[in-house]
Amino acid sequence: MTARIGVVTFPGSLDDRDTQRAIRLAGAEPVALWHKDKDLHQVDAVVLPGGFSYGDYLRAGAISRFSPVMETVIEQAKAGLPVLGICNGFQILTEAHLLPGGMLGNDHLHFICRDQKLRVENADTAWTVDYASGQEIHIPLKNMDGRYVADEYTLDKLEAEGRVVFRYLDFNPNGSLRDIAGITNEAGNVVGLMPHPEHATEPLIGTGRTDGLPFFTSILKKLVNA
Amino acid sequence: MARVVVDVMLKPEILDPQGQAVQRALPRLGFDGISDVRQGKRFELEVEGPVDEAALARIHDLAESFLANTVIEDFTVKIEEVAEAVK
Repeated sequence: MTARIGVVTFPGSLDDRDTQRAIRLAGAEPVALWHKDKDLHQVDAVVLPGGFSYGDYLRAGAISRFSPVMETVIEQAKAGLPVLGICNGFQILTEAHLLPGGMLGNDHLHFICRDQKLRVENADTAWTVDYASGQEIHIPLKNMDGRYVADEYTLDKLEAEGRVVFRYLDFNPNGSLRDIAGITNEAGNVVGLMPHPEHATEPLIGTGRTDGLPFFTSILKKLVNA
Repeated sequence: MARVVVDVMLKPEILDPQGQAVQRALPRLGFDGISDVRQGKRFELEVEGPVDEAALARIHDLAESFLANTVIEDFTVKIEEVAEAVK
């Protein structure tokens, strides 16, 4: 028995297959979930993958947030189900108010695609225990609406509670406040980030490194030891 | 048929690079004296039936939960008189 990790496909998801592959590489069993299906099929964790669900119409993630599958994801996440939102998945999590703050267009108004250096600020979440706190990693970043914003009170609270999980290093690619690349909820089971760990799990592709793989081994370790 | 307009704007403290890009283009186009531009969204809802308090309350809920993300945006709801189409 290994852990079953669901990956939701929304209309416009792009990275659902890569995410499934990353889960398999980590030794867990990927389970395809469909946006119209409320049933999570007994998965132990859920990943909301990157892409442009519903064409980013209205706001990135705004329409997906109301899809049938999200009703169950929101309910279960509040009850402790581990959920990871990558890129568009992060946008969906902020729109669903599972994570504080919001995502807006990059400050330079252009799409950006680059290998991004990050610092792991919190290695205690369900998705980051296989990193070391302070570790520097390189994973791909590709987005249009990657600017993380929140009011000063929320930002101070996130910092004080150690809920900034990843920070951009050397270069802020989108104008995110306080160089925030990823955050977690109070319980640490819900994590969202803009860069794409699933694209950095094999030496052959992506950054040529496997710096993203620990996301998926972290959750497996967490679930198997639970 | 009545029209209800929902205007959505980024909160004033949030940077609006689109508005800034528009503002920076103005002097080049010969428009002087405009110190700031902020860009928002306007939704025109054609409402079936009367726009009474209950209908407005529903539209307010819709705006608050969906059309705007109140973490980053403010919104206003107003009824607009629709002129009869001139044949």
